[in-house]
Amino acid sequence: MRGWFLPMAVALGFIFLYAPIVSLVVFSFNESRLVTVWGGFSTKWYGELLRDRQILGSAWISLQVAFWSANLAVIVGTLGAFVLTRFGSFAGRLLLTGMITAPLVMPEVITGLSLLLLFVSMELTLGWPAGRGLTTIIIAHTTFCAAFVAVIAQSRLRQMDESLEEAARDLGAGPVRVFFDITLPVIASALVAGWLLAFTLSLDDLVIASFVSGPGASTLPMVIFSKVRLGVSPDVNALATIIIGFVLIAVLIAGWLMRRAARKPL
Amino acid sequence: MSWRRTLVIAIPMLWLGIFFLAPFFVLGRISLAEAIIARPPFTPLFDRAPDGTLEIIASLENYRFLFQDALYRNAYLSSIRIALVSTIFALLIGYPIAYYIARAPEPKRSILLLMVILPFWTSFLLRVYAWMGFLRTNGVINNTLMSLGVIDAPLRMMHTDLAVYIGIVYTYLPFMILPLYANLTKLDGALLEAASDLGASPVVTFFTVTLPLSLPGIVAGSMLVFIPAIGEYVIPALLGGPDTLMIGRVLWDEFFSSRDWPVASAVAIVMLFLVVAPIMWLQSVQNRREMD
Amino acid sequence: MDGPAIAADTKPWRDPSANPFISVRGVTKRFGDFTAVSNVDLDIFKGELFCLLGESGCGKSTLLRMLAGFEQPTEGSIRIDGEDMARVPPDRRPTNMMFQSYALFPHMTVEKNVAYGLLREGMKKSDAYAKAAEMLRMVKLEKLARRKPDQLSGGQRQRVALARSLVKRPKLLLLDEPLGALDKKLREETQFELIKIQETLGVTFIVVTHDQDEAMTLATRIGVMKDGIIEQIGEPREIYETPRSRFVADFIGTVNLFEGVVEAAAPDMMRIATPDLGDVMVLPQEGLTRGQTIWGAVRPERFALTRKRPEDMPNAWEGVVEEMGYIGHMSQYRVRLPSGALIRASQSNRLREEAPISWDEKVWISVPPAAFRVLTE
Repeated sequence: MRGWFLPMAVALGFIFLYAPIVSLVVFSFNESRLVTVWGGFSTKWYGELLRDRQILGSAWISLQVAFWSANLAVIVGTLGAFVLTRFGSFAGRLLLTGMITAPLVMPEVITGLSLLLLFVSMELTLGWPAGRGLTTIIIAHTTFCAAFVAVIAQSRLRQMDESLEEAARDLGAGPVRVFFDITLPVIASALVAGWLLAFTLSLDDLVIASFVSGPGASTLPMVIFSKVRLGVSPDVNALATIIIGFVLIAVLIAGWLMRRAARKPL
Repeated sequence: MSWRRTLVIAIPMLWLGIFFLAPFFVLGRISLAEAIIARPPFTPLFDRAPDGTLEIIASLENYRFLFQDALYRNAYLSSIRIALVSTIFALLIGYPIAYYIARAPEPKRSILLLMVILPFWTSFLLRVYAWMGFLRTNGVINNTLMSLGVIDAPLRMMHTDLAVYIGIVYTYLPFMILPLYANLTKLDGALLEAASDLGASPVVTFFTVTLPLSLPGIVAGSMLVFIPAIGEYVIPALLGGPDTLMIGRVLWDEFFSSRDWPVASAVAIVMLFLVVAPIMWLQSVQNRREMD
Repeated sequence: MDGPAIAADTKPWRDPSANPFISVRGVTKRFGDFTAVSNVDLDIFKGELFCLLGESGCGKSTLLRMLAGFEQPTEGSIRIDGEDMARVPPDRRPTNMMFQSYALFPHMTVEKNVAYGLLREGMKKSDAYAKAAEMLRMVKLEKLARRKPDQLSGGQRQRVALARSLVKRPKLLLLDEPLGALDKKLREETQFELIKIQETLGVTFIVVTHDQDEAMTLATRIGVMKDGIIEQIGEPREIYETPRSRFVADFIGTVNLFEGVVEAAAPDMMRIATPDLGDVMVLPQEGLTRGQTIWGAVRPERFALTRKRPEDMPNAWEGVVEEMGYIGHMSQYRVRLPSGALIRASQSNRLREEAPISWDEKVWISVPPAAFRVLTE
């Protein structure tokens, strides 16, 4: 794979990846309502977007859901990963392994539908959760995000030198102390990565949220979906541009922080 | 066993048991019920018969319906076809990119890798939406081709299976590239040099050494594209035509449009056994092989 | 095929009219601003087992990789058997390489690994496997032909790698630290096996190693490298007995180095003044002027330790044994002189009638003038 073929294939691949995004951004500054015909530069769609109470409200809901889901998912996922990598054998180990990996391959429609049916049945028999809304979305997102966190945490825990923990035990730390003094700091970077992944996945989810949300609790993807179903609209382009801008800034900051950390002598 | 140990095991176990495992039992039970116009819209499992005895209402009627109606069979088959074709295209596009990045020197490598991951962090829905603007009758592609004089009339690309393929390949391409990249960077350069030293041309080296050794990466990447693609709802709903059948979309419509919860549940249960179970089995085989 | 010419016997490099098989002329390799190999000239003759010896990072592997074709020289030319290699890619070169990591293909069986190169020549499958089997018999691995590399021990893998690189009968075999991954005992056994195979097949070997013992045992000639430059080329004995520089003297074996100044030169003797030993008599050497700074190098075994002052020895000093180590066939001593200098000496233990010299004893230490190698750099 030398010569012209490889660079060309790679260049085409990257054009494929970025051309739609670039056009999305470009047409967000379009004067015309037709998203794909240039009618002069304008920022009016941004103004329209900022006046759209429905979008702003759903964005706030999505951020809350993502924040709490990511927090809970890191707790559940890390504990699951820790149990599976450090506890040896126990009753139900196989079950836990299955329950932690299965959400990764479960189609979203199935997860969404089955959780909704659970919530409905629980409401009928236990009276909780009363209706559906923020709480049920957070529970649903925590469940599938925990699996992703667990995968990341598990691979970090496996790489980690277990003699570190043994050394701490040898020096007189109890198991709980060892977890908080040694294990947690060592795998911290993996947990941060897991938290960010969970946050993004939650923010991105449309299907599961559509099933388990109730009236008055529409997330941002749900609102966008109902808008774009009817066709392209320039204020969605503006929203996309803002999200891309946020991601770019976040990545640049993260990259800068990592470079600084790499330069610092240990 | 200490109480602390039990507690630590119990937290993830209970959470996943209640919110991941239990729902499937509810799903199974409702798939045996009958749709009624009520809240909730299905018959209860236990009912008082007119003579006052407790009777269990459960029927396999929904399943019989699924197997009789060609729509569902076609939807399952077409989902598999669409996922498979998309996976193959993602592999064909993703492999050269992964290979190139794996062989690139730093810092080019990190930058390219970041460029592959970056779209993933932006919204999935908006990336699909971007293609709507691209593929429409008066979208970017048609407008460009027409202004260049390549075509006279706009091509119909939106609301076709082609658009669904493009959408799936586009959104899941990073999932193909990343495992392939991880595999290809582990490839020992000395092996390529050894092949070359023994008289293999670059092309022969690729097919006799690089490709067979990257097989685990190919399998991992293909799984990561195939699995979400097969249950996909958003992409066929936005880019596909009315005749683009995918099982995720059928389930969604059954639930939201027809409000037939029991049939939707039955569709999900069949999907679980026909699609999810084989994939999980395949993955566990794969994992066991990697452990050896 | 004519009988393999054993270069170890004919010593073609001693004949100035002999045609070299490999000729490296003015080869330089730069990576960015780092010069890995600097202006190297090297002639290697057919049937030689040539060792490139040096510490890691000295450029020896880069030189080897340029011979194999994995790196292109920045300047200079490489000819193998009269053919310029400048535009020849590795897969078209009449060379094969045995990699330091062995680079065995993990997804192929042992026999597939060995037959791989033959199949690339377009050889029929059955012939290729027959030849591979023959080669595996030679390295005594015929029973493991169907195994995968990860089911073999380190020594077995090393032999598969050797078989794979030899099966194509290359004109030149390049070996990158071929014994580096083996433990000490296996390494010593394999050294002699390697020489035997080389002499049987008559293939020219170039071995890269950082292990001086290995180079001394294997090589017909050794090229000692440092910082991209070949410091000295010569037969093992030459390198050991008459090193050209302090680096070579120090790198090969143990040596005592004494800095000094040339004081007076007579036709049959030269006197040098050293801070450590006072005046020392050495054999005269051409090209030295009075007042020039030189270094005297003496191997430990050339010193004699005696309880009485030796007669007729111009170079003799009294000192105290500070340390002594018994290694069986010999003993090593560190003797402190009144000047403060510490001399490393070793004595063979063949003569055991006397009580051996031991710690804290006062001894006389002496050395014949011919044992001093005078170095100017």
